[in-house]
Amino acid sequence: MADELMPRSNENGLEKANESKAPITNNEPATFFKQLLGFWVTFRTMFQKVNTVQYPEVKEPTAPRFHGRHQLNRHPDGLEKCIGCELCAWACPADAIYVEGADNKPGEQFSPGERYGKVYQINYLRCIFCGLCIEACPTRALTMTNEYELADNTRGKLIFEKEDLLGPLRAGMVPPPHPMYPNTTDANYYRGEVPNAHPSQGVIKND
Amino acid sequence: MSTEVTVEMITCVIDGFEVTVPKGTLVIRAAEKLGIQIPRFCDHPLLDPAGACRQCLVDIEINGRAFPKPQASCTIPVENGMVVKTQLTSPVADKAQKGIMELLLINHPLDCPVCDKGGECPLQNQAMSNGRETSRYEGVKRTFEKPVAISSQVLLDRERCVLCARCTRFSEQIAGDPFITLNERGALQQVGIYEDEPFNSYYSGNTVQICPVGALTGTSYRFRARPFDLVSNDSACEHCASGCAMRTDVRRGKTLRRLAGEDATANEEWNCDKGRWAFKYEVKNRISTPMIRNAAGQLEEASWPEALAAAAKGLTNAKVGVLVGGRSTVEDAYGYSKFARVALGTNNIDFRSRINSAEELEFFAAANSTATYKDIDNADQVVLLAFEPEDESPIVFLRIYKQVRKRALKVSTLTPYTSRGSEKLNATVIKMVPGNEVAAISAINGLTGKSVVLIGERLSETPGALSAALELVNKSAAKLGYVPRRAGDTGAIAAGAVANLLPGGRLVSDATARVDVAAAWGASALPTETGLTTNEIIGSGTNAVLIGGVDPFDISAEAKLSLSKKFVVSLEIRESDITDIAQVVLPVAAVVEKSGSFMDWQGKSRKFDSAVESLNRSDVRILSMLADEIGKPINLPTVSAARKEFEAIGNWDGAKPSMKSTGTGASLNVGADEAIISSWRNLLDKGSLQEGEDNLAGTARATTAVISQSRASALSVKDGELIRVSNTYGAVTLPCTIADIDNSAIWLPRNSTNSQLIKVLGTVGNSIVKVSKA
Repeated sequence: MADELMPRSNENGLEKANESKAPITNNEPATFFKQLLGFWVTFRTMFQKVNTVQYPEVKEPTAPRFHGRHQLNRHPDGLEKCIGCELCAWACPADAIYVEGADNKPGEQFSPGERYGKVYQINYLRCIFCGLCIEACPTRALTMTNEYELADNTRGKLIFEKEDLLGPLRAGMVPPPHPMYPNTTDANYYRGEVPNAHPSQGVIKND
Repeated sequence: MSTEVTVEMITCVIDGFEVTVPKGTLVIRAAEKLGIQIPRFCDHPLLDPAGACRQCLVDIEINGRAFPKPQASCTIPVENGMVVKTQLTSPVADKAQKGIMELLLINHPLDCPVCDKGGECPLQNQAMSNGRETSRYEGVKRTFEKPVAISSQVLLDRERCVLCARCTRFSEQIAGDPFITLNERGALQQVGIYEDEPFNSYYSGNTVQICPVGALTGTSYRFRARPFDLVSNDSACEHCASGCAMRTDVRRGKTLRRLAGEDATANEEWNCDKGRWAFKYEVKNRISTPMIRNAAGQLEEASWPEALAAAAKGLTNAKVGVLVGGRSTVEDAYGYSKFARVALGTNNIDFRSRINSAEELEFFAAANSTATYKDIDNADQVVLLAFEPEDESPIVFLRIYKQVRKRALKVSTLTPYTSRGSEKLNATVIKMVPGNEVAAISAINGLTGKSVVLIGERLSETPGALSAALELVNKSAAKLGYVPRRAGDTGAIAAGAVANLLPGGRLVSDATARVDVAAAWGASALPTETGLTTNEIIGSGTNAVLIGGVDPFDISAEAKLSLSKKFVVSLEIRESDITDIAQVVLPVAAVVEKSGSFMDWQGKSRKFDSAVESLNRSDVRILSMLADEIGKPINLPTVSAARKEFEAIGNWDGAKPSMKSTGTGASLNVGADEAIISSWRNLLDKGSLQEGEDNLAGTARATTAVISQSRASALSVKDGELIRVSNTYGAVTLPCTIADIDNSAIWLPRNSTNSQLIKVLGTVGNSIVKVSKA
């Protein structure tokens, strides 16, 4: 038994590893030229353009696919894309997302179809911005923005509610709840066949 | 019953493994025994085979001769010399299964993200395990309007249905409510209900549970959670004495749904809709802190020490009684029992918060209720005395119905008219005028040792009926089953939460029994006098009362008023009529928040653990604190301590007293416009544990008064027209149903909307009411 527990150094290359752990010794004398050579990088960098950004006065754009704060998107007529299916919560490895679904009742329609997300919370103290939730979302309701300024002074403020996450109402949209576009089903919405809001759905935002 | 026939065993080979099973076993079940899972949708062990979904296709060969095509393993019993190749060893079976799955998915909407079944869906799971990677179907899917509410509590989405016929088979074969069928044929085949009859079965929730896709979903749980959100706990049903195993699913400290658990010795895999959906009461009007009534007569929040001191002060040096209520766990009932005897030094304790009689106490002491569900399965005859199983113990009904369907079990029932439940059981109705039970019971004959006599709690409402029933049982050696309505009743009798009994059925009047219990409790002596009953405690016998979960309007119309003149200490989960009159209110845990056990009518106790974290404590813990405050400790600091002590005391081995035959009561003289009232509680009614669940209430049976044809003619009313039932106390007006009830009788639901008899008429039976056209 005890023999088995001993590392079989040859197989695992442990001997080699031990070699590399040996302290680095340099017995050569440190001549002036060698010291100058050591500072070469320092001197060279002094004459290059600096990388430092004067954040927060100056803000550089992120990479286009940077994983920032989430956004809950809307259909072109303003209805929410989220159907409260909880697949994002299911996919989340950090258990950062909490969703409660609810029934779209007649006269109280928040998303096309039967179901909408009544409660939607993302806990940014937990979120690791891996983007698995985005991949899981069946309606492309959840996407990530490039916004990265997510610091605050209390824990509570870092649990984002649905209102904080919902995308803005753009021109041509009607704030939900409102009925679906006349003579459409949720399938038409998913196929992108609803280009904008219909006057019968409510007061259209026009700025 | 040791006369069981030896079953012929059959050996066959499945996927190269030999397996021996009893003759008649289906191939799919034999494969399960080997741990080989064949995918299936329509197959259910408790339903007749249907072979509807074709998902379980396997290759079968008998004595070298193979079936030309794969066969459905859920419909073919094993034979000697059978060689079965499932999808694991036969590429043909595997391809056939994949083909079936592809076919089933052609019209399935794949709206899993919005479907409640998503995450626990056999179709989802088996499409992954036994389906093709892709579909070759490119056409347009068949669509239906979605969802259709087939009752207020069940929604039907026909697009998702795979036509397995589990729901329709359940309704027909298990519940006996064939309100749901397969309509149309071919691609348009669909589950549907009759035009004029919604799916108002008491058992409709089971169809939701056994639906292998999301075609049937419950309205109350719609879109509430995903399976991974839920923490599941084994639990016991607190609604009736049937003793169902349950599963409670909790999300973040909130009960979201309850499902039927599995127990072959009780509910098999079913439960009733009340058990499934009536759980919202636990969050309504909860009492969260102790309260004391101040000088101005208002309840004021108080600290625990203050409240306990006030309660202790009021309960000591008083003529005191304890009303337990029928909903306590065995441990809590035991706590009340010990508290009354040790801390209060009295036998004035009664769990019966309903119409009750002194004669019933004798019955509790004398009756030897030994019948079980298994006895119903093996019975040659079942006699129901003042017991309407479908309404009062729905799982007992399912068991009887199972045997009625299987082998035409003879059922006779003592009831004023042929109810829907009696009709379904094809029961011989021993019709009688309410009040004449004794004569009717005495006339029953032909019972044998294999017969089962089930007695409902309502039998005590007629004087002499209980002793007549006991006589009938003793005479014929039939098995007796006492089936009370509430979940806590059997446990309360066993725990001695009743005036004449100590724990384990020991008689208060028996000195050795008292010594027995006193020794176990470490008490020097126990009170010797038989205590007061519920009515006497409420009446002038006491001036201080400790009350558990009791609704005064279950007992009598005046109970609240007379209790209001006493010092009342209430242990309650939520505000009730007792809270209005209590001097001290102590909050206790609801069933989901505590551990404990309920004893079903068979005397089998089902333990459960708390499903929800809570600061509330079980009654027994609070009684223990109160006893400490009084200075006579009962030493039951935890539920498990109470259980241990109760189990250690055990049942009494002394002889049970015999029950004296009591009088039959005076028969009533009925005038032409008068009737003798009789009633029972419908399963779904205004019961306080059903509050807050409107979807469930929507499937309650219509409130109607049952009258005879000749009375209807005399009043010149037709079926469904309003009649007025009144007495000096009050009146109810409700539509009538014409049935085979005696001309001198009328039947009303006891506690339904517009028919809350105790509140409105002050009577529930055996008294005279005036009946007129409204």
